[in-house]
Amino acid sequence: MDFLNAIVLLSNYVLIPSLVYGSQLALGALGVTIVFGIMRFANFAHGEMMSFATVSTIFITWWFQSIGLTAGILPTALLALPFGILITGLLVWATERSVFSYYRQRKSKPVIFVIASVGVMFMLNGVVRLFIGTDEIIFMDGLKFLIKAGEFKKWSGLNEGLALKQTQVLTVLLAILAVAWLFWFLQKTKMGKAMRAFSDNEDLALLSGIDPEKVVRATWFISAVLITLAGVLYGLDKSYKPLIYFHLLLPIFAAAIVGGIGQPLGAILGGYIVAFSEVAATYAFKKFLRYLGPEGWSPEDLVQLLSTEYKFAVSFLILVLVLLIRPTGLFKGRVL
Amino acid sequence: MISVRNLYKHFGGVQAVNGISLEIQTGLITGLIGPNGAGKTTLFNLIAGTFPPDQGQIMLDGEDVSGLRPHQLFSKGLLRTFQIPHEFHSLTARENLMMVTLTLLRETLISAWFQRKTLHQQERKIAMKAEEVMEFLNIRHVADELAGNLSGGQKKLLELGRTMMVDAKVVILDEVGAGVNRTLLKEIGDAIELMNQEKGYTFCMIEHDMDFISRLCNPVIVMAEGKLLTEGSAEEVKSNEMVIEAYLGRGASSGLN
Repeated sequence: MDFLNAIVLLSNYVLIPSLVYGSQLALGALGVTIVFGIMRFANFAHGEMMSFATVSTIFITWWFQSIGLTAGILPTALLALPFGILITGLLVWATERSVFSYYRQRKSKPVIFVIASVGVMFMLNGVVRLFIGTDEIIFMDGLKFLIKAGEFKKWSGLNEGLALKQTQVLTVLLAILAVAWLFWFLQKTKMGKAMRAFSDNEDLALLSGIDPEKVVRATWFISAVLITLAGVLYGLDKSYKPLIYFHLLLPIFAAAIVGGIGQPLGAILGGYIVAFSEVAATYAFKKFLRYLGPEGWSPEDLVQLLSTEYKFAVSFLILVLVLLIRPTGLFKGRVL
Repeated sequence: MISVRNLYKHFGGVQAVNGISLEIQTGLITGLIGPNGAGKTTLFNLIAGTFPPDQGQIMLDGEDVSGLRPHQLFSKGLLRTFQIPHEFHSLTARENLMMVTLTLLRETLISAWFQRKTLHQQERKIAMKAEEVMEFLNIRHVADELAGNLSGGQKKLLELGRTMMVDAKVVILDEVGAGVNRTLLKEIGDAIELMNQEKGYTFCMIEHDMDFISRLCNPVIVMAEGKLLTEGSAEEVKSNEMVIEAYLGRGASSGLN
């Protein structure tokens, strides 16, 4: 019984949250990695683009709610998601036309692109707060819990409850769908193959008649889809705060680099590694160990590696360690 | 086929191509020779659209193509190979060849789902073509090897193979024979001749091997210091004093005699 209690406790506070958080990071890291794989620069504006995507989805959600359009037990934001993707696509395309294409035509070095994306980041950061303000926004509606802790306790007779939020299930499901679609796209379609060829050897791709402009356009669009999904799912699951996406940039970059930047599979794996480490390092294992230890025994302190305020330090640590020990990341190569 | 008019290109203080004008005739195999630094590869890069010229015009079949990008030239039937072989590292040799035809596939996101059968047939045809090309170039045994792992010579052959996958009008070869052994060189020469005679490909090739040039090319164009030095048959060019001087330095021709 104690063993089961320990498992449920761990699932409730570590396994499920990190699986969900990991999926959100994986979607974010995939976006960073795809852009890097094609355009060879790390897009620092990625986090703020996620913020923008979430805000546009929130506005559409509010509008839908105001005209009485909801999705029943599902969150209304799900209906707004396609529109969010479209608006984000437009924004990303506008940035491409007004900023990045200029540097591409001049064949600027990657570091110039990185700095330009930092500029875009600061600009978007301001624009987003101008429209939505600085308050925390909860835009989740519909059914909150699929399994409630109390009900689970009653049903199982255990001391520990297991809660499962709808957003958690949605996040994992949508992440799986998006990743499956992305891999199908990259492996099977003409544009996907063109993107991989372009990522492998740009000169040769051009010589095979692959239009670089089309590849760039497709890349930004895919990145917009991933940006919106990651941003909205994170916001739904927690809440929307303007600066939170800026902070998310670190774990997302850590995830992309752990997996080997430019490698989609690596980005996904990296997302989960970062999420699990972050959650596990900031969880207090006292109760968990009490269940597993002998009767009546209890650890003296909380058995917590880091306090939750320091959770971003975990990504930072992972980032530093990977860059020191295996700079190429888990999967080598910078090819899609 | 290709006509270059008054072309200029400089890199920093180096005038790599210095006002050259020349013609590459349809149906012929034109050789381009010259000492190192003569601007041959820069000229090729200009023709192939790697970078735009500073000044001047490049005409392909009577159409001004100066400044067009490589992918646009591909659709107009111009192909090239690189002096240092390029390949898709992460793809096998076979996939490398098939990649050339990618943009010729009629496929949309919708048909990728719903007309998989037609696409499959298209792809099988291309796969058979790739098989043929590899057989021809004697690299079938490495078909499923990642292209990044091939030897230098095999990569060269793969380069040539790419140009055989589609029906090109004109192919420019940048030292296709360099670093390839004698037997293979002969086979490459045979392949080029065959493509020229049977399929009507026009070739222009940079080469240093004079025997190879003499066998295949007529006419031969000689470049030096970014300019056209002379043009003629391989025999004429070989005995031209200006050419010997360009290669060996002033006064060399009198020393030879």
